[in-house]
Amino acid sequence: MSDSTDEVRAYTVRLELVDEPGELLRALEPIANNGGNLLSIFHERGNVTPRGHIPVEVDLEATPERFDVVVDALREAGINVIQAGAHHYSESLTIVLTGHIVNTDLSNTLSRIQESTDANVTDLSLSAPEGTDDVSSARLRLATEEGQAAATLATVRDIADEKDLRVIEPLMGGEVA
Amino acid sequence: MNVAVLGAGAVGTAVADLAGDYGHTVTALADSSSAAIAGGESGDDGIDVADALAAKRAGERLGDAAPDDALEAEYDVLVEATPTTLGDAQPGFGHVARALERDRHVVLANKGPVAERFGEVRDLEAESAGTVRFEATVGGAMPVLSTIEDFDPDQITAVRGVLNGTANFILTRMGAEGLGYEHVLAEAQDLGVAEADPTFDVDGTDAALKCVIVANVLADGREYTLDDAEVQGIEDIPGSALELATEDARTIRLIGEVTPAGEVRVGPRLVPEHGTLAVTGTENIVQLETEHAGRLNVSGRGAGGPETATAVLADVGRLPEL
Repeated sequence: MSDSTDEVRAYTVRLELVDEPGELLRALEPIANNGGNLLSIFHERGNVTPRGHIPVEVDLEATPERFDVVVDALREAGINVIQAGAHHYSESLTIVLTGHIVNTDLSNTLSRIQESTDANVTDLSLSAPEGTDDVSSARLRLATEEGQAAATLATVRDIADEKDLRVIEPLMGGEVA
Repeated sequence: MNVAVLGAGAVGTAVADLAGDYGHTVTALADSSSAAIAGGESGDDGIDVADALAAKRAGERLGDAAPDDALEAEYDVLVEATPTTLGDAQPGFGHVARALERDRHVVLANKGPVAERFGEVRDLEAESAGTVRFEATVGGAMPVLSTIEDFDPDQITAVRGVLNGTANFILTRMGAEGLGYEHVLAEAQDLGVAEADPTFDVDGTDAALKCVIVANVLADGREYTLDDAEVQGIEDIPGSALELATEDARTIRLIGEVTPAGEVRVGPRLVPEHGTLAVTGTENIVQLETEHAGRLNVSGRGAGGPETATAVLADVGRLPEL
C-alpha cells in the first residue's frame, strides 16, 4: 500500500550452530518471538564448518525494524550470526510447473533455477495423483531480490521449455496476495 | 435509427429482438442463407422481427431476399454480428467496408475486422461520413471500451482481466471440485456454457482477440493483430495444478493482459484465490490501470445473446445522426 518502512520483506540469515541437541530450536525462538515470520530453514546437517559448527540458512519475513530486532536477539542469545540480510530478498514468487516433472529430474530443475537466477527456492510441493510417470504438478515459492522477478521468471521459462514443462506464472503487476 | 442486422446467431437475433425497446427500427435481418428486408423506399416501417425470428426457429428462411441484399437495404447503422473470422476477417470486413462506402455507421459484434485489420477499418472510417463502434467485441455487456474512451486511452496504462467465461467456468469447476479438464469441459458443454467446438475459448484465442482490440484502442500509432499476442490456453492444465495453487491461497485463471510496455499476453496465471480477479463461473472482469486514478474494475457478463446485444444497442445510441 505505501512506501513506508513498515513493508514486510524477506531476509536470509546464515547461522552457525553448535552441534548440540536443542540448538536449532534455540536459534529459531528469537526469530519467532520478535515478529519474524519463518519461511524456510535449510539445515546442512552433514556439512560442518572448519570450526565444527553446523551452517543453517533461515529465510524469514519481517519489517526492516523487526529484522534488526531479530538479529540483535539472536546475537544476545549467543547464536553465531554469520550473515544477516546480505540478500534482501524482497519479492516472493509462487509458480506452478506442470508436465512430466519427476521424469525430467525435479532436483536438477530446482538446482538449475537456483544456479541461473538470484532466486532461492523456499518452498516446494508436488502433486502426482496419477503417479509420477504421468503428468504432475509442482508448486514452487521463490524468493527473489527486488526488481528481479521478471528476469527470474524468464529464466524459469527457459529451463521449463527445455524440459517440456509448462510454467503457470503469477500475474505480475496485479494485486499481490 | 434504422438498423440492418447481419448475422442471425445469438447476438444478431437478440439485437433484432431488442432494437424496438431502444426505439430503433430493424430494416433488414440476414443470416448466411437469406435476408428479410423491409419494403418501401425509406424502410421506415421495418421488418416484422417476430415473424422473421419465428421462421428462423422453425428452420425456415428469414425472408425472400439474398443475404447480400441486406447490405444494400435502407439503414443508418449496419450491425455486423456474423461469426468472427481470423486472418482477412472476411466476410465481416467486406460488410464494414461496404457500409462505410455508403456513408453509413457500423456497429460490430464481430471481432475479426478490429482485431485483424484495425488500421484499414480506421482508414475507411476516415473517408466515410459513417462511424465505426465496437463495444460489444470486448467483454459482452461490460462497458470496457466506452470506459477507456471516456477516460481517454492515453490515461490508461495497462489492462488485464478474465475475458472468457467458458475458460473461467472450467477453471472454477476444476478448482472447486478437484475434477479433471475433460470431465469439466463435457459438463460445460451439457450446460451450454461451452460450445460443441470450444477451441477458441480454451486455447486462449477468444481472450487474445479481445486484448488485441484493447491494445489497438490504447496504441498510439502501432497496429496489433492476433499474431502480436503471446497466447497460451488451458487445455493441458492438470487438476493437480489448481490443487497446489490453493495451498498457497492462489488459484488459476486465464488472464489476458495489455501490459504497460504494450505487450499482449494471454495465459493461465496464478492470482490470489479471493482476489478481485478470481471471478467465478462464467463471470468476466476487466481491470484498468489509470494514470491518475488508480485501478478501475469492470465486471459482469462477458457473453450471451441479450447481454452482448445491450452493448451493440448502447453503441447505436452513441452514434451521431447522419
